[in-house]
Order: sequence, then C-alpha cells, then structure tokens
Amino acid sequence: MPDFEPVIGLEIHVELKTGSKMFCGCSADYFGHDPNTHCCPVCLGLPGALPVPNRKAVEWCVMLGMALGCTIPEFSKFDRKNYFYPDLPKGYQISQYDQPFCVNGKLKIKEQGTNNKEQREKIIRIRRVHMEEDTGKLLHATVEGKKVSLIDFNRSGVPLVEIVTEPDIRTSEEARIFLKKLHHVVRYLGISDADMEKGSMRLEPNISVKLKTDGNLPPYKVEVKNINSFNFAKKAIDFEINRHIELLSDGIVPKQETRGWEEKKGVTYSQRSKEEAQDYRYFPEPDIPPVRWTKSQISNLKSQICELPDQKIARFMGDYSLSEYDAVVLTDEKETAEYFENVMKQVTKNKGQITAKTIANWIINRKADISKVSSEELIKQISQKSQKATMSDDELGQIVKKVLGANPKAVADYKAGRKNALMFLVGQVMKETKGKVNIEKAGLLLRDLI
Amino acid sequence: MPKGKNILTTDIVKHVATLAKLDLSAGELKSFQDQLSSILHLVEQVSKVETTNVEPTSQVTGMENVMREDEAGVSLPQDEVLRNAPRKHKGYFVVDAIFED
Ligand SMILES: [Zn+2]
Repeated sequence: MPDFEPVIGLEIHVELKTGSKMFCGCSADYFGHDPNTHCCPVCLGLPGALPVPNRKAVEWCVMLGMALGCTIPEFSKFDRKNYFYPDLPKGYQISQYDQPFCVNGKLKIKEQGTNNKEQREKIIRIRRVHMEEDTGKLLHATVEGKKVSLIDFNRSGVPLVEIVTEPDIRTSEEARIFLKKLHHVVRYLGISDADMEKGSMRLEPNISVKLKTDGNLPPYKVEVKNINSFNFAKKAIDFEINRHIELLSDGIVPKQETRGWEEKKGVTYSQRSKEEAQDYRYFPEPDIPPVRWTKSQISNLKSQICELPDQKIARFMGDYSLSEYDAVVLTDEKETAEYFENVMKQVTKNKGQITAKTIANWIINRKADISKVSSEELIKQISQKSQKATMSDDELGQIVKKVLGANPKAVADYKAGRKNALMFLVGQVMKETKGKVNIEKAGLLLRDLI
Repeated sequence: MPKGKNILTTDIVKHVATLAKLDLSAGELKSFQDQLSSILHLVEQVSKVETTNVEPTSQVTGMENVMREDEAGVSLPQDEVLRNAPRKHKGYFVVDAIFED
C-alpha cells in the first residue's frame, strides 16, 4: 500500500464574552434566556438599522491575534458575506474578507513521544484571526403536526472571532493538542468562556489526504462542521483520514464537501443542504467605516496581554526550580498559578523554610482545597505537618533501641545476612514513631546500632 | 469580454437566481439575462476612467475608527420582536423545516 499523509487545517470560532453584542447594544449574555428577548432592529436585520462595532470586541480580537504571534495590519475593514439561511436575518453576515485584523501568526505545540521523556515540538502557522458576528439559533420541532424550524435571534450578532490555521497539521493528535493549547490561551486572556458544551468555542477541521511523496496539497478538502469537543474533533479527523485512504486506494478522489459529525455512531455524514457551490459574493461593508490603528494603540493593546501559559511555565521552572510537569499542572488554571505565587510571596516575605516544591506538591495533590483555604492558612498547615514529621535524633535513637531490644530474632536474622529482616525492623520503627521519621534515616540508624 | 448583448450567459443568470432563492420561468430567465447584461454594460463604462493613481475605496465619508463602548442597553420586548412575524410559536419565529440531513 502506498504511504499516505493527512493534511489538516483548523477553523475555530470563539464567542467573546463582552457585555453587549458586536454591532448593537443588546446584551450578549444570551445563554438560557427566553427566545427573542435580546434583540433590536440591528441584530434582527430590520431595514435602516445601523451597525456600530463594539470597541472591546475588536480590541480582544486583536489581542488574541497578538497572543498567537500575528501581525496586526495598520488598516482593516469589515465585509459582507452573503448567503440565505433562516438564522441570518440580514441575508449577510458582517465578517472580514481580505483585510482581517490579524494575519500570519503561529502557535508552538509539544507532542509527547511514545517514550514519555521525548517531546516533539512543532509550529502550526496561523493564517488569520478575524472578527465577525454569530447567527441566530435554529431548533427543529413539530408544531401542530408539521415539521418546522424555530428561530431564536438572541445569539444573532454576538461577537465571534474566527481563527484559521494553515494546513500544517498531520495527525489527529496534533490537532487535539493545538486545540487544547488555543483554548488555554483564550481562557488566559479572559476574552471568552470558551465553553465547548455551551457552544462558545466551535471547531471545524478540514481534512484531506495525499501521497507522502507528493509535495503539493491535495486537490480537495472535506470540512467537518461545528464539533464541540477536542476528542470528537480527534475522532472525526481519524474517521475522515481512514475514509479518504480507502477511497484513494481505489483510485477515487474524495468529494470536496461539508460533513457533520454524528457522535453516537462515530461517523461523519454528508450535509446535503450545504453542498451547492458556495458563492458568498463578499463586498466591503458600506455601513461601517474602516479601522486604522496608530502605533501607540497597537503597543497599548500589546501591553494589556497577560503572561501566557508558555511564558508562565518557563518562568515557574526558572524562578522556582520546579519540574516541567509541576509548572504545567500549576499553570493549567490561571487562578491556581496566581494562588501558588501568592503563597510563594508570603513565604519569601517571612523568610519561611517551605520550598516551592513542597507548596507545588500540596496544591497539585490537592492536600488542601485552595478554593477555601487562604494562602496564609495553607502555609500554616504545611508548617504544622512538617513539624510533626520531624523528630529529634535523641527521640529516634531511643525508639530504635527499644525496637532492637524487642526483636532479638530479627536482629539475629539480619546479622546472618537476611536483608529482609532490616525491612521488618524499619517497619517496627515507623509504627512506633507513627510515621514521623524519614524511612531512610530510620534504616541507616538501625544498621548503625545493630 | 464582448460589449453589449450576452455579457451574461443563461447559466450565470440561473446561478444568481439560485443564490437569491428565486425560481425563474424560461421567459423571466431571458428577460433578466437582457436586463442584467445591460446593467453590467452600463457599469462597464466606468472602467474607462483613468484610475492608475487612485487608491481603491469602498467608503465615501472619509470616516475611520467609528466604534461604540461595550455597554449593554435595553432590547425590544419579545412581542415587539415578533410583531411582524407571519408565523410564531412560544416566542420563536417559525419557518418551514430546514432539513439538515
Ligand atoms: Zn440588538
């Protein structure tokens, strides 16, 4: 069989958690509210309504682009993407076509090798990050015996950022790692809940397969729409790769199309409704003046970007001498990382003896509930526990002597060369001291005294 | 591209009609082919204007960076939103079923 190679790109939609919608003052907090209660002439697409961009949404889009290493062109504009669908009341979506806010970024991913120690790094290029608006929501129901679609426009006009990668991804696992990392960055920036279940982050992999020896991109690609979990994305990609390889092995080029993911059956299916050639007839949005950035606006936005996960991990390893594993776990949630640093600050201020490693262990192994225990309280708990764990050498010596006296047979066995006997004696010491001593220390002392 | 008649083929007119969700009869097809072609022909004359040193623009006001602060205000009440809807059900707009599979 010839050697095939998958070619995968990703499109990701992220809903921003601004207070108001993208082009009107309706609340963007629509989740769980009664239908059609967060609407106005602008987001309903009524004639004569004038959209005005939300400054915060635009700035957040630019900041996400910056966090992904993008260039921010000085000039940018909005465009109309025209198509008819009942969830799109204007008949067009305000989006960005040829002059998006952010271009040419990259995100570095690390893949764990089969051997747990070897890590492979890879750069996934980001083609663009642009700003658009979400559509309304469709529900399918039967009303008075007729199959109908119900429309709720509360989501219509909620700010949506689209991130598009270059087709640099080669495996479903690379795609999953990339998506998790992007999710992490978005969460750190605090610009979206990025809640997959609520649909505030939606994934669209596009997949094709080529011969490994072929340097060109395949002449087709299949897009799988609106996946709402990293694992589903991985499964859908694997399903498509296998489907394409089967077709290609029979000499058939898979059809370029949009497919959906059916989680229950673990398959993708052709979406007939979207099959007709897409012709969006983009043109510049005449209602919205373009955007031109000054250098100081750009540097001001750049300065507002918080420390991102990769930088934090590197700093935790450097400043606190933590292992990469500990640093990764501590920085998974920004709040946990902040908690850890608060504890460290206090320990340093009070010239405490507790090490960063000990604090990291307490937090990582959940020895205390950090959502309830204050940093002062955590330090107190760690100190108490470590005091209990230390016992004076005199005290320990007495206990060891007592154990030796009470177990003459084990002592004799050890002298006769049976190593197991020492382990038994160590066990007795640990029991007597209620585990308050270091096991190696007990072993050494026993050997010295026998 | 030839001037005057038949700038647009019937196929292109059919495609545009499909995008606009319009069903055209054979007679309508012919009449739109003529009308759209003459509109295009008219617009084509603009391309005669010398534009070598003219920046392309899609705006005439000269305005830039018009944005609003992120402040949520009051939306319309639900019955107002639905007032002109031909069909509604429990607070939703209703349309014929959109088949997704
Ligand atoms: Zn609105």
